[in-house]
Amino acid sequence: MSILVGSDTRLLVQGITGREGEFHTRASIACGTKVVAGTRPGKGGQKAIDGTVPIFDTVAEAVAQAGANTSVIYIPAPGAPDAILEAVDAGIETIVCITEGIPALDMIPAVEVVRRAGARLIGPNCPGVTSPGRAKVGIIPASIHKPGRVGVVSRSGTLTYEAVQAMSDAGIGQSTCVGIGGDPIIGTTFLDVLKLFHDDPETEAIVMIGEIGGAAEEEAAAYATEYLRGVPMAAFIAGRTAPPGRRMGHAGAIISGGSGTAAEKIAALEAAGVRVADSPTQIPRLLLEAGFRP
Amino acid sequence: MKIQEADAKSLLLAQGLPVPPWEVARTTAEVEAAAQRFFAAGSDRVVVKAQVLVGGRGKAGGVKLASTAREAAEVGGRILGMDIKGITVRKVLVGAAVEIAREFYLGAIVDRASRRIVLMASAEGGVEIEEVARQNPGAIHRVSADPLLGLLAFQARSLGLAVGLRDPLLNQFVAIAEGLYATMKANDADLVEVNPLAVVAETAVDGARRERLVCLDAKITLDDSGLSRHHDLEALRDLDEEDPTDAQARKLGINFIHLDGSIGCMVNGAGLAMTTMDLVGHYGGAPANFLDIGGGARHETVRGAMELILADPNVRAILVNIFGGITRGDEVAEGLIEARAQQSREVPMVVRIVGTNAAEAARLLQEARFETAITLDEAAEKAVALAKGAAR
Repeated sequence: MSILVGSDTRLLVQGITGREGEFHTRASIACGTKVVAGTRPGKGGQKAIDGTVPIFDTVAEAVAQAGANTSVIYIPAPGAPDAILEAVDAGIETIVCITEGIPALDMIPAVEVVRRAGARLIGPNCPGVTSPGRAKVGIIPASIHKPGRVGVVSRSGTLTYEAVQAMSDAGIGQSTCVGIGGDPIIGTTFLDVLKLFHDDPETEAIVMIGEIGGAAEEEAAAYATEYLRGVPMAAFIAGRTAPPGRRMGHAGAIISGGSGTAAEKIAALEAAGVRVADSPTQIPRLLLEAGFRP
Repeated sequence: MKIQEADAKSLLLAQGLPVPPWEVARTTAEVEAAAQRFFAAGSDRVVVKAQVLVGGRGKAGGVKLASTAREAAEVGGRILGMDIKGITVRKVLVGAAVEIAREFYLGAIVDRASRRIVLMASAEGGVEIEEVARQNPGAIHRVSADPLLGLLAFQARSLGLAVGLRDPLLNQFVAIAEGLYATMKANDADLVEVNPLAVVAETAVDGARRERLVCLDAKITLDDSGLSRHHDLEALRDLDEEDPTDAQARKLGINFIHLDGSIGCMVNGAGLAMTTMDLVGHYGGAPANFLDIGGGARHETVRGAMELILADPNVRAILVNIFGGITRGDEVAEGLIEARAQQSREVPMVVRIVGTNAAEAARLLQEARFETAITLDEAAEKAVALAKGAAR
């Protein structure tokens, strides 16, 4: 088993004919993901990816005719919130939004609609979700992964690749790797993913990659104290040297009013028994020290 | 994006909020002329306020009262050119001073934890809200606007009641709270703050004394992701206070933040860029900048980014760290080779490129005799050593 995506994922690509959409769809298919449909309003009936994937005008048609249960969104920011709402309306259970630069005020109603429908949104501004060997939904390079039993959750993109590569190089594989996104308003938080890993029989250890801004790492630490005492955990927090009051690339990575610092997050995680690395390359060693046996 | 008080007040006014009139002046002559107009309109005193994008203007001496136009010009002359937290004051706001009976705080923020717009109010106005939060957190009252319906009148009312307002000020407060929410929505702001929201005493034409709520100060920050659909707001960007490299970075589409250290960093991805800075710090160096070239950067971007880094005279060594995913390692390597051929000064550099097309990148870099590294830690250590060597 894995969380969020797996062998039962039937993927719909919203924006399959765009440059990003097409490129990453090919990569997903190459590592065995079942891509059952794409959408591009006005091009319904045509086929994408060398005639292998049917294109539909609407998400509802992709669900009814191709049995899509998961969607990934590669649509630019002005249209992305609508794409999320359309997926929810069509009954998609898991929606992964890769798009960067969506205004926060657009995401507030969107995450509420997702919540009320009982669906799950990952992102936006995230690299996606991969369950190595089963499904790759999003833009995380497949080459860095190795199937295994460590769950990875992260607010970042390339930093996650760094940590996952270090794990794979050390012979430590991953059950699922979830990029939750770097925006202030996101559909799924650290805490939500920790709960899913907690309930996943295949995940035996957890790696958290956080960064400055907000209090999601502290929230996750409180949960870990209560429910993940026996689980080997390692973490890395980016932004120890970040100046306060500046947005460090990600819209959500900002120390404001003196809170959201790396030091606070590291202290909270260490108090919860999580080993915090000085460099992402130390993560494999810390997992072993925490008692994980690959 | 932060905007100046005067611009924030314009945005509040556009939503019908009560903001006393003001003028912006850039010279003492303009201050004097503006003050004269306020005195002619019946003001007893005027206030002159420094327009800078940092807090603590009052404490720094950047807010002064004056009883004559002459005096306003004098205090204006002292404030203009003053240094407040490293920023030179280039303009001031001039307005009629009012008689303040009580001060409140009212703010609207995009709250990450609840994923809603939250309105906060406190009867302890006129002081920094962070200070109130530390000293007396119970004095801050909050309501979360409905994510689909918006701020509801009863919510605004409950906030007004919580800070002790009653008829007729309560209704004014409700209208102002709704106006704050509307200002946020209309401009894609992530913070709208009025502090103080003041009760001022006024004498009406019939001689009766009346109390009225007015927005005496305003602070707004705009969501950078929303700016593309508000082209008019781009004009409010204060270029006076901006590092000249910021505009250049925006043009290139990269995230760049100037820092005080000596090691220039070029990285793809924000989290990895912060991590690279942290590792430079960990190995005893100090980063000169945060620089994220973004996903899928081409060689032109790399060349532009290198120019930005080299424009900083403090830079003694450069660390390039690329984990290719969408970004192709060979594109970055080509950009680096081009940049080095054109660069104005020689600075030692260490390059680490892994991921997509890393092998091609390694070949290009080797041919061009670049110093390279395999791991992130090794790259950071080498860069720190190079910077120290260059400093000797």
